[in-house]
Amino acid sequence: MPALLELICPAGSLPALKAAVDNGADGVYLGLKDNTNARNFAGLNFDAKALADGIRYAHNKGVKVLMALNTYPQPDTLSRWHQAVDIAATSGLDAIILADPGLMAYARKVHPNLRLHLSVQGSATSYEAVNFYRERFGIQRAVLPRVLSLPQVENVVNNTDVEIELFGFGGLCVMVEGRCLLSSYACGDSPNTFGACSPGHAVRWQQTPKGMETRLNGVLIDRYADDEKAGYPTLCKGRFDVQGETYYALEEPTSLNSMEMLPEMARLGIAAIKIEGRQRSPAYVAQVTQVWRAAIDAVKKDQAAFKPNPAWMAQLNKVSEGSMSTLGAYYRPWK
Amino acid sequence: MNLLNFPKPLARFVSTLPSWPASRAFVAAGNLVAWPSLRDLDWSHVAGRRFRVQVSDLGLKLYFSVNANGFRALHNGLADVTFTATAQDFARLALRLEDPDTLFFNRRLLIEGDTDLGLMVKNMLDAVELETAAAGMPVGMGRVVMKLRHLALK
Ligand code: SF4
Repeated sequence: MPALLELICPAGSLPALKAAVDNGADGVYLGLKDNTNARNFAGLNFDAKALADGIRYAHNKGVKVLMALNTYPQPDTLSRWHQAVDIAATSGLDAIILADPGLMAYARKVHPNLRLHLSVQGSATSYEAVNFYRERFGIQRAVLPRVLSLPQVENVVNNTDVEIELFGFGGLCVMVEGRCLLSSYACGDSPNTFGACSPGHAVRWQQTPKGMETRLNGVLIDRYADDEKAGYPTLCKGRFDVQGETYYALEEPTSLNSMEMLPEMARLGIAAIKIEGRQRSPAYVAQVTQVWRAAIDAVKKDQAAFKPNPAWMAQLNKVSEGSMSTLGAYYRPWK
Repeated sequence: MNLLNFPKPLARFVSTLPSWPASRAFVAAGNLVAWPSLRDLDWSHVAGRRFRVQVSDLGLKLYFSVNANGFRALHNGLADVTFTATAQDFARLALRLEDPDTLFFNRRLLIEGDTDLGLMVKNMLDAVELETAAAGMPVGMGRVVMKLRHLALK
C-alpha cells in the first residue's frame, strides 16, 4: 500500500527523537553534528552514539528514521558529505534527504540500496523537476517547497510516481527554499553552505529602552515593543524602512499550519506530512507531534467530517513564531 | 499547574539579597543536584565563559561559569551571555514543559550577549535525558522532579 499522510517529525537531540516516537510520529528526521544539514547549530544534532541509540529506539517501536543531508558540499570538504552518506548507509536508517545532485549521484553509485528523498532545499517545484531527479538518481520521495498552492501541488502529484511530502507545520521559509541568499547577504553564511540561516554567531539580541533589538551581523532586523511577539532573527521576518515607512516588507513572523487542508491532502494521496523544527526542544516536539497524530488519525477515519479541533489549533498557535499561523501558499485565490 | 509562584513579600525579600551569596548558593545546589548528569557532556567549548541568569520577578542575578569540575560562582561583572526569565518559566524550562523558542516568541525568555554560546548550552541541556538526570540526583530529589513534571503535564 502506498504511504499516506505519514507523520514525519523533527529531532535535534535524542530526547526530542524519543518525544516524537512516543507521541505518535511515523518517521523522525535528524542530522549529524556538522554543516552537512541545514540545522547546523552549536550543540544540536546527533553524534555516532546518539544516532545508534536513536535508530534502535525508533525501530523498536516501528518508527522510521530519516537523515537530512541537505546542504551543498563545499569543494574543499566534499569528503565530509560523502562520509555522512556512508554513515547513513551503514547505520541502518531508512532514507536520506538530499538536495545536491552530485551527492545523489554518489549515493546512487556507492549505496544503490539506500532510499533517497529529495529535500525541500533542492527546490523542485514542478513535476518535470521531480521526474528528472527520479530518472537520474532514483529518488523515491520529494519534499515540495512551501511556495506552491494546493492546485499546483495537485499538478505535480498527478504527473509523477514519486511520493510527495508536504510541510504541515512550523517555521516558514518563503524564498523558494534552497535559493535564498538573504542570510548570506547579511553575514556571509547561508543555509546551503553553512547549514543555517542566521547562524548564532551573527545574531545579537538586546533589550534597549526602545524595545528588544534583533541584529544580524550588526544589521538591525527588528525592534519589538514589550507587548509584541517576536520572530526568528531571519532577514525575511524583519521590519524594514521602505520609503519612509517601517513594516514587515517580506513577511510577518508567523508559522505555517496547513491542518485545515488535511482532507485535501489525503484526497491527493500525499505520502507524508513534515513538521519543521529540528532546532527546537523536546517539549515542542512532544506537543506538536501529539496534536498532528490526533489530526491525521481523525482525517484517515473520516475525511468528509474532519475539522481541526480548536484546542489543537490553540496548542499549535502557542508554539508558533509570532504566536500565529498561516496556510501560507497552500491556499491562495490568485495564481 | 503553577510551579514556583513566589508570594510577593518573599520575592521582595529575595530581591534584596546580594548576588555573590546567591550565586554561591545556586552553584552549590547545581553541583549537588544537576552536575552528576551533566558531568559527561563536553564542556570544553564552554569552559571559562561567564554566564548570568537573571530571575526577573525576583530581581535575582546569578553569575557563574562551568568547567569540567562543575559550576563555579563568580562575582558580579560582565557576562558573556545572559538569560532572563521569571522563576516560573525557568522552572518550566528545566522540567522540559516549555520550549525555549516558544518562550522567546512570547517575550518570556531573553538571551543577550553571545547567542551562539547561549544556543550551545540550551542544545547541550536538551540532549540530556530528564530520566537520566533525575536518576543522578541525590536521594528522593529525582522522584520529586519527575512527579512535578507529571503533575504539570496533566
Ligand atoms: S532568510 Fe528567510 S526565506 Fe531566506 S533562508 Fe532564511 S528563513 Fe528562509
